[in-house]
Parts: sequence; structure tokens; C-alpha cells
Amino acid sequence: MKILVCISKTPDTTAKIAFVDNNTKLAAEGVQWIINPYDEWYALVRAIELKEADPNSVVHLITVGTADYDSIIRKALALGSDEAIRVDANSDDSFFIASQIAAVAKKGQYDLIFTGKETIDYNGSSIGGMVAEILDLPFISYAAKFNLEGSNAIVVREIEGGEETCKIRVPLVVSCQKGMAEQRIPNMKGIMGARSKPLIVLEPIAFETLTQITSFELPPPKAGVKIVSADKPEELVRLLHEEAKAI
Amino acid sequence: MSVLIFLDQSEGRIKKSSFEAASYGAKLAELMSTNAEAIVLGDVADDLTQLGNYGVTKVHTVKNEVLNRLDAQVFTKIIADAVKSIDAKVIVFSNNFNGKSIAPRLSVRLKAGLVSGAVALPDTSNGFTVKKNVFSGNAFAYVSIKTDIKIIALNPNSYNITTNDGVAELAELATNIDAFKVEVLATNKVVGEVPLSEAELVVSGGRGLKGPENWSLVTDLAKLLGAATACSRPVADSNWRPHHEHVGQTGLAIAPNLYIAIGISGAIQHLAGVNRSKVIVVINKDAEAPFFKAADYGIVGDAFEVMPKIIEAVRLLKQA
Ligand SMILES: Cc1cc2nc3c(=O)[nH]c(=O)nc-3n(C[C@H](O)[C@H](O)[C@H](O)COP(=O)(O)OP(=O)(O)OC[C@H]3O[C@@H](n4cnc5c(N)ncnc54)[C@H](O)[C@@H]3O)c2cc1C
Ligand SMILES: Nc1ncnc2c1ncn2[C@@H]1O[C@H](COP(=O)(O)O)[C@@H](O)[C@H]1O
Repeated sequence: MKILVCISKTPDTTAKIAFVDNNTKLAAEGVQWIINPYDEWYALVRAIELKEADPNSVVHLITVGTADYDSIIRKALALGSDEAIRVDANSDDSFFIASQIAAVAKKGQYDLIFTGKETIDYNGSSIGGMVAEILDLPFISYAAKFNLEGSNAIVVREIEGGEETCKIRVPLVVSCQKGMAEQRIPNMKGIMGARSKPLIVLEPIAFETLTQITSFELPPPKAGVKIVSADKPEELVRLLHEEAKAI
Repeated sequence: MSVLIFLDQSEGRIKKSSFEAASYGAKLAELMSTNAEAIVLGDVADDLTQLGNYGVTKVHTVKNEVLNRLDAQVFTKIIADAVKSIDAKVIVFSNNFNGKSIAPRLSVRLKAGLVSGAVALPDTSNGFTVKKNVFSGNAFAYVSIKTDIKIIALNPNSYNITTNDGVAELAELATNIDAFKVEVLATNKVVGEVPLSEAELVVSGGRGLKGPENWSLVTDLAKLLGAATACSRPVADSNWRPHHEHVGQTGLAIAPNLYIAIGISGAIQHLAGVNRSKVIVVINKDAEAPFFKAADYGIVGDAFEVMPKIIEAVRLLKQA
């Protein structure tokens, strides 16, 4: 199997979110950048497991981003995988990013393309589906389990209030979430090895963008909590019923 | 010109999140001085003329049983056909699991800009700008769609359903159904429970409840309220509760009207999944628990003492 894993960069899950430049940019000061958790813990680790089960497989990484993505991609290489490709472009348009990924995927003739279920900053959950449509491949979103049986994939995907087990021939695109694999920590050998693995930088192909972020906004601050005495918990029920009208 | 709403079904019933999408699409159509039409794929038991109640004037159907299952490639082609045949300028989805499978594909097929996770009606005063959820509930972004055709995937529980006494006209859509590439081998649904992603009321427990044997404090209250149950990540990781109940950054993100958190500290990764809830109630014995900062109502107290009294009070309220 030839597997392509899509890696994106996001602020750490505990980062304080604030905006600058008239609310058009994330205040980057003090923000730690990490591999988007779903890409790392689930898409990448599951791809590495598939390679461990079948040593003839190769795992390549792709990221669409500028040079400041290199530390992220080195960490992803340290977890395992053979080489990384970085398309040197910065965009917040999902269609543009998906088009870059699809162009690389088409050239490389991959059997499987894994993405995370969503980025924790843009929350688009769109790029996997877009890549699949550009390449005319099936796409299974929110996969919690993935196994291969010959040239068929058996995938468990989440649906409202449950899950569904599907069978699809490869090639296909899968967006990955919890359940696919267990988080791994890179070891010393991996970290050392990652330095000499190829990181290929490609120029972007010209594509139009369909959308554009014009500004950001923080949610209004909470008015503050109303504390009910632990001696009279039934007062909470009254407030929820009469004041909040929530029950 | 019109607005087209994709109405998602499960077991022959239209999903609640789809009624929200219908109300949203109808309001948008009104703002654009045009009609709201809907598309329903598969064999549906519901009386679709009733969709008029949500402001939909016409419902396009493809009544074929194979479409009761999802193959997003096949669905995308059919919806694209419908868009062309009625000259739809905006297509509205619910941003649920099926919406997330179909909307991105349709965006590529129609070269139509997509905003997923929308939380409000678009601003059309200067272009077409949609407010969406970003940074996992910690912020919003305003995204401008630059293309002629636009696609919006509306977050569940972020737009109020409105009804009137309208009646929708029904029309069978002439279209080809391609062969499915996705074969569904099994479906496993938790029956009789409110799906967490669609629930308006949620009762949730954390490690403060000490063990699965104490979960009746959560489930009894949930049953009385008709609420769904949820939990923090360590609770699911320890198999005290099933994984589909895990909410937060790595679990499900929800936005119910009421979220009651019992024995949960309120770590930032937990808040990321629940901070869009309208009313948050926190019950925690530690007054310093970070969750109180995000809460609307709180009790500083021992859940084992407080919860039985709350459950009793709700029982009395429900009897009244
Ligand atoms: C990258 C990353 C992603 C994560 N994703 C998630 C996620 O999606 N969802 C999630 O939930 N967590 C997530 N976590 C874990 C998160 O950081 C917290 O560790 C977790 O939410 C804590 O769960 P808890 O509140 O149930 O347990 P604890 O932190 O142990 O808190 C238990 C609380 O119960 C209270 N308590 C104890 N006894 C009682 C009593 N008798 N009565 C009342 N209150 C009592 C305590 O005061 C305490 O506040 C993630 C962590 C990381 C690093
Ligand atoms: N800039 C990027 N480069 C490579 N892959 C990306 C990029 N952005 C997003 N992805 C992939 O697409 C998935 C979904 O992203 P999104 O649609 O933005 O939520 C992520 O989990 C990644 O796997």
C-alpha cells in the first residue's frame, strides 16, 4: 500500500486564543504549535501501523504550508514514515489546500489518503471530502476503525447516535478520529532518523480560492456564575425552570 | 434562482438537525426574495408536505430505497443535478456526519465556496459573509464566499426552528443513481437514546463520580429530563462509559441548550467540546475548579449528597 497522510499545524490545545490587527490575525505570541491532534494520533499512527503490518507499504506525509511548518513535519517524520512533501503555500481556503494535496496525490498514485477528522483551529472537516471529489475517489469521514482485507478496506465510521461498518475498494480517502489508533511518542531513534529523511518542498500549483476569512471574533464573556447553596440544591432546579427556562 | 436545503434522514425519519437547516434555509430565501426548496433522498415515512411548516415551498424527492444508505459520491451527483435543474444559488446542509461527507464534495463539483460550521444567517449587505465556529468553540470567523453558488453547512443546535402552517409541494426528481462504491455491512445504533449530537439537554459526568457504579446519579437525572448522557475523556478511557459519550476536543463537540457537568474539572480540552452550550451548570466539590468560570449556574458541593436531592426536585417538577 502507498499511503499519504495529510498533516496540518494548529495551536496547542491549551493555547489562549486572541486576535490582533483589527481581529484579522491570531495573536501568535506565546502560542505553541503542534501537529493537529487527529492527524498525529490517528491518521499518522494508523498509517504507520499498516506499514508495520506490511513492510512493503510506504507512508508519505504532505503538508501545505510555509517553512514554519518544517518543525511540525520533522516531528511527524520522527513518529515514523518515509518521506515528507511540503507544498510551499499559505492559505485559509479549504479548496486551495485540497487542490494542492490532490495534485500531489494524483502524481504519486496513492492507494490510501488519510486526513484528520478536522483541524482544531479552522474546524472545517472539509479537506478530505474535497480531495476525494477532485480525485473522484470514495471518502469515508469520521472513521473510528480501519482495516485492510486484500484490496478492500473495512471501515467503521461514526453516524448520528452510533456507527456503521462499510466495505470499499481502495483507493480511497479516509478522515480519522478516536479509535483508529493509540497516540505514540517519538523515540530517540525516530528523532535522529527523521533528520535524514527526505523533506521535499514543492512550489504550489495556481488554483483559485473560493472563500476568504475576513475577520475573527471572540465569544461574548460569560456574565459570571450564579452559585446555589449546596444545602438547597432544589433551588437550582427552580432557577433552571423559571429563570433559565432550560428545563 | 432559489435556496436548496438537503434534508438528511435516518430510518425513514427526517433528522432534527435537518429541520433547523430547513428553517435557516427558508429564512435565507426570504432575505434573498426567493424560494426555499428541499431535497430528500431515499424512502421516507414522514409526510413531506409538512415541510411547508418550516417554510419550504417544494420538496424534490428520489424515492429509492438504496438511498437510505449513504454513498457520498452518489449523493453528490444527485444533489448537483437538483442544483442545476432548479438553479439554486445557495445550498444548505446540516453540519452533521452526512453533511460533512457530502458538502465538501459538492463544493468541488460545483466550484461553490463552502462554509462549514455556520452559526448564523449570512450577511449579504456587502458580498456574502457567513459566521462560523473556529478554534473549537473558542472563537468565530467571518468567512466571505466569493463564488456565484454558495454552500453553507449549519452547526446543529445553532439556529432555532420556526414553524408556520405552510404546505410544501412534492416533485420527483429525474436523475440517475450511480452504482454504490460503499457497501454498508452493519449499522450499530444505540436505540431508544437521544443521540448526543442532536440533544437539547445533556447530563455529563467526570472522574469526580469515582466509578461506573455511581452513574445512576447521571442517568437517573438524564432520564427524568429526557436528556442525553455524556462524559469526560478519562471516564471513557477507563471504560466507565462508552466512547461515543466522550465530549471535548478529542471527542464530540456539542451545543445543547443545557449542559450539566457533575464532577468534571473543566479542563480546557473538555470545554472545547461544550462551551457553545447555552446554559452550563457545574456541580463540583472544589470551588476552584476551572469549570465554574465557564458556568452559568453552579453548586460547590459533594455530588453524592447534592445529586439525589436534585433528582428528587426534578421528579417533583415533572409531576407538577
Ligand atoms: C490534547 C488533549 C486532548 C484532550 N481532550 C479531552 C477531551 O476531548 N475531553 C475531555 O474531557 N478531556 C480531554 N483531555 C483531558 C483533560 O485535560 C482533563 O484531563 C480531563 O477533562 C479531566 O477529566 P475530569 O474532569 O473528569 O477529571 P478530573 O480532572 O480528575 O476532575 C474531577 C473533578 O471532580 C471533582 N470532584 C471530585 N469528587 C467530587 C465529588 N464527590 N463531588 C463533586 N465533585 C467532585 C474534583 O474537584 C475535580 O474537579 C484532553 C487532554 C489533552 C492533553
Ligand atoms: N494545510 C494543510 N496541509 C495538509 N493537510 C491539511 C492542511 N489543512 C488541513 N489538512 C488535513 O485536512 C484535515 C481536515 O482539515 P479541515 O477541513 O481544515 O478541518 C486535517 O485534519 C488534515 O489532515
